[in-house]
Amino acid sequence: MRLLNRSAGRLSRHRRGPLAGLVVLLLGLLLTGGLYAAFSPAQADQTGSSADQVAQGRRLFLVSCSFCHGQNGEGVRSQDGDHQLGPSLIGVGAAAVDFQVGTGRMPMTQPGAQVPDKPNVFSDQEVAALAAYVATLGPGPAIPTKSDYSLEGMSETQKQDAIARGGQIFLTNCTACHNFEGSGGAMPRGGYAPKIRGVDPKHIYEALLTGPQNMPNFTNGNLTPDEKRDVIAYLGSLNEMKEYGGFGLGGLGPVSEGLAAWLVGIGLCLAFAVWIAAHTTRSTKKKVDA
Amino acid sequence: MSDSHELANLPDEAVTTDLYADPGLPEHHWRPTDVDPKLEKRAERQVALMFTLSAVCTVLMIVCYFAIGRDDAIGSFGAQNMTLGLCLAGALLFIGMGVIQWARKLMADQEIIEMRHPAASSEADREATVAALNAGIEESGIGRRPLVRNSLLGAVGLLGVPAIVMLRDLGPTPNQVVKEDPYPGAGISHTIWSDGMRVVRDVVGTPIRPSDLEVGDLVNAEPEGLFNGGPDGEPLEGVALQVGKAKGAVVVVRMQPDEIIPGPGRENWSVDGILCYSKICTHVGCPISLYERTTHHLLCPCHQSTFDLADSARVVFGPAARPLPQLPLKVDSDGYLVAQSDFNEPVGPSFWERG
Amino acid sequence: MDTTKVANSNGRTPATASKPGRAAAVAGWADERLGLATAMKKNLRKVFPDHWSFMLGEIALWSFVVLLLTGVFLTLWFTPSMGEVRYNGTYEQLKGIQMSEAYASSLKLSFDVRGGLLMRQMHHWAAMLFIAAMMVHLLRVWFTGAFRKPRELNWVIGCLLLLLGTLEGFTGYSLPDDLLSGTGVRAADGFIKATPVVGTYLSFFLFGGEFPGDAIIPRLYTIHVLLIPGLLLALIAAHMLLLVYHKHTQWPGPGRTEKNVVGFPMLPVYAAKAGGFFFVVFGVTALMGALLSINPVWKFGPYDPSKVTAGSQPDWYMGWPDGALRIMPGIETHIWGVTISWNVMLPILVLPMLMFTILLLLPFIDAWITGDKREHHLLERPRNAPTRTAIMVALMTMYGLFWAAGGNDIIAIRLHASINQITYFLRAAVFIGPVLAFVITRRWCISLQRKDNETLLHGYETGVIMRSPEGGYTERHLPLPVDRAYTLAARDRDPVVADEDPGTGRLAGLRSRLRTLMYSDNVQKPTAAELDAGHHDSDHEHELQESLDGHSADGHQHDGRHLVSDENLRGH
Repeated sequence: MRLLNRSAGRLSRHRRGPLAGLVVLLLGLLLTGGLYAAFSPAQADQTGSSADQVAQGRRLFLVSCSFCHGQNGEGVRSQDGDHQLGPSLIGVGAAAVDFQVGTGRMPMTQPGAQVPDKPNVFSDQEVAALAAYVATLGPGPAIPTKSDYSLEGMSETQKQDAIARGGQIFLTNCTACHNFEGSGGAMPRGGYAPKIRGVDPKHIYEALLTGPQNMPNFTNGNLTPDEKRDVIAYLGSLNEMKEYGGFGLGGLGPVSEGLAAWLVGIGLCLAFAVWIAAHTTRSTKKKVDA
Repeated sequence: MSDSHELANLPDEAVTTDLYADPGLPEHHWRPTDVDPKLEKRAERQVALMFTLSAVCTVLMIVCYFAIGRDDAIGSFGAQNMTLGLCLAGALLFIGMGVIQWARKLMADQEIIEMRHPAASSEADREATVAALNAGIEESGIGRRPLVRNSLLGAVGLLGVPAIVMLRDLGPTPNQVVKEDPYPGAGISHTIWSDGMRVVRDVVGTPIRPSDLEVGDLVNAEPEGLFNGGPDGEPLEGVALQVGKAKGAVVVVRMQPDEIIPGPGRENWSVDGILCYSKICTHVGCPISLYERTTHHLLCPCHQSTFDLADSARVVFGPAARPLPQLPLKVDSDGYLVAQSDFNEPVGPSFWERG
Repeated sequence: MDTTKVANSNGRTPATASKPGRAAAVAGWADERLGLATAMKKNLRKVFPDHWSFMLGEIALWSFVVLLLTGVFLTLWFTPSMGEVRYNGTYEQLKGIQMSEAYASSLKLSFDVRGGLLMRQMHHWAAMLFIAAMMVHLLRVWFTGAFRKPRELNWVIGCLLLLLGTLEGFTGYSLPDDLLSGTGVRAADGFIKATPVVGTYLSFFLFGGEFPGDAIIPRLYTIHVLLIPGLLLALIAAHMLLLVYHKHTQWPGPGRTEKNVVGFPMLPVYAAKAGGFFFVVFGVTALMGALLSINPVWKFGPYDPSKVTAGSQPDWYMGWPDGALRIMPGIETHIWGVTISWNVMLPILVLPMLMFTILLLLPFIDAWITGDKREHHLLERPRNAPTRTAIMVALMTMYGLFWAAGGNDIIAIRLHASINQITYFLRAAVFIGPVLAFVITRRWCISLQRKDNETLLHGYETGVIMRSPEGGYTERHLPLPVDRAYTLAARDRDPVVADEDPGTGRLAGLRSRLRTLMYSDNVQKPTAAELDAGHHDSDHEHELQESLDGHSADGHQHDGRHLVSDENLRGH
């Protein structure tokens, strides 16, 4: 008798709408995706490069960077093959991109001896996307986290020691190019080591790590992350320090001091000398002998 | 200088008066402060005001001395130096300006004349002097007694010698330093480097493995002997440390092995593209570490001598005449970079005996 | 108007002072022991001429006094020792760092002694001002011909003062033993080592052994606070004594002759102006010490032979030998087992000695060429000695180009240039530049002489344009007031070399050629005949105008005594 009633004990087929299957499919997707997003493990790269980000980065790369760096970041050589026009970006890592694009150095608008920093053309999110894309080209240094270059969490004595040691490391490795105050210095053929005061600590870390343009590398086997942190702390202390003696005259040393001595010193003294010996006002009145 | 001296030695006045006669001193015009008592009083008050302001600045300076500490600031400037200095400047400048204004406005300003005298003494004075000199010389008899004179000259001249000889102990000679060997690597032709001495990072003193470095790295390095060269293995100090650094400081760079053009006999001086050169410029001795990674040029900041580190550090620009000495490298049993030996030539500036 | 209170004692008789009783008693007490009245009798009212360019030497003198005062302050805290200490003062960035006692005491002066940083900065600014003032003073003396007989020896003393001042500055800024000045000492060691034969011995004796040793700072200290200041004081005293004896030179003008000095008396006017200027120079130094940071040694860190900073330069006055060193090509000779370092010797040892010797001998060279054995107390305008002016401008150009070379890396980063290109340019410029400067300056002076002559002959331009009946435009000229005319005409005539017998002797031919160069193309002042002719031309010009402006052209303007301000220029 159950065999003769096919709808007995079963749900009525009129209870499912025509789109029910689609709805279930969508629900299933949402559920799976949400569970995945909630429970997937954290990435080693803090920027959390998702495929979307990488894809966005690739699109930006093709438009802004591939002309010099090649469609796959392999670099571009000159026609005769003798010269590298744009270097290969395979293995430079997200840190290099974050530095170069974040400081506006890239895209390079003018060939020359030096790639100066300039206003950034990309938003932070776009920079992150580019960095994520280039990181996929080959393994390279990652963008540092705040804990890499900050002294937070250290005691006062530890901070002081770190700054003092950072000063010694700075004077040994950095001042030869960047000058005792970080005001910059000349390099051959029109290049220069730029001013490093007032620069974001993250960018300083990345510059040390990746050796942008003509700067040598200071990879973690050369200057350990702690040593880099100390150098950044010392630079920060320079930024916070009062100018004890007055106007710094550009922090360039004896050349600007000599200029000031001549212009201000001799100039003022000369001005006074001219005043002292100048003819004074005369009157047409005559003296009356009383 | 008597008043009746001759003026005839002075130059002929005709050159100044051949076209126009001397019109004499211009007529004196009085200043307003000379003829108007109100203006005179005003000038007096001006001068007195400046002196008063100076006194105020002085008092202010003393107040600032006690009131303002090292940590006080005016904007981004230290307050102590600025306030003390500005107050002192005011104190001094107001006195100066006051005195000058006094001279300009109130002191008599009529020009007066003083006559010159020739620079030479009068003929009479000269004759008298010559006579006195001659009398003295004659009475001493020095002209007639050559034996006395010459032996005196000899004796006095000889006295100059101790003055020079006694400066001998200003310092050891270069040879003495080598013989006495007061610290490791003494002598102008040697450094502290020796076979098997590790290359360590400056400041921190940690040894270096080849795998620590990547292409393009520049390490400012020192000989390990600075950090453990003392009698009981403790770091060097004082003069030994400074002299050791002044000769032993090196730079270590890593580049692509195929970029290197090894000098003759230097093929095994590098390790996997890692090269080591003396950091002391061969021009006048400044330490160099301006490294241009893409061209592997090293630039000295003092006088811009440029060295090509891929080509045995030969000079490519600037006033240096010799390439940087190269330190031959090898790897020790623990895998750290060490020197094969000392440099094969003296480091630093040239000197006569260098050969 | 009551003018009785105005001083009426300025004139040719000394003032009769009516001193109050107590001062007279003190003065009398002193005079009975020292007999000063005789010496002071004339010098109290000694006359000094007044011109701003005469005060340049005073800037140097007063800044030296400032140096002495601030320097004594610094010696009370400075420790001239290279003994090593670990820093534990108040500057935190160097806490625990090993350094010399000299450096540590410099930090103490900068941070722990109140007013110490001010004194340090004032001392350093005053040193820069001292040497700059000496140079400007030297240029003034040269360009106005004040170095001529009888003042050649004063010139020699002045050059020695310049040299000693430079050395004093170098030893002084090296005392704190900081990274920047230590790098300079290192370079100095390199210079000494490059001396032929005795170089290494000199270096080892100076440093007490190998560089850096521990003896150089104490030795520089002795040189800086004792030896050189002693020499400076003695030479300054001699310089001042000669100035007082010879009396100051003066510009030509009405009432001023070679045989007199016209100006203001020492007491009170000159003492007030000079004394006031002392306070001004002191105050300017204090102002600079307050507002402008100089030599911030704490940022350099202690000297370390393996550390260096970009932009390593000596102080400005050593900039020109440093520049010569930078642009010199790297030439060295290795011969017979010895090394001759031309690249260091020539720019640093030979060139400065050569330039200094030439500077020292300049008055004697000038006297030899001109053959002028007269005393000179009236100054000469630079334009009236074109070759002499041009020589110094050429030397200034050479100095300036070497100086620029010393800052080539700063120029490179400031002007976005290539240090390589700057070096190549300057290598050529230091030879070509002075020659160009010489030629241009001489021509410029000669043109100015021509202008002066035109003014003497034809009067000055009034800016009034007149139109003749035929329609031509001319500018009305008026004769110079007699004071101005006299001043312009009160200059020497140059000898005519072509008419001279060169004489005998080895150098006679050379001397004759140099005399020709010295005086060639110079424009002499007009002769009396030319002057008359010039005035008659002006007369003619006025004749043409007389009917138009209703003014008789009777030549009354040319008697030289008629005040021009009374002239009706337009005849209304």
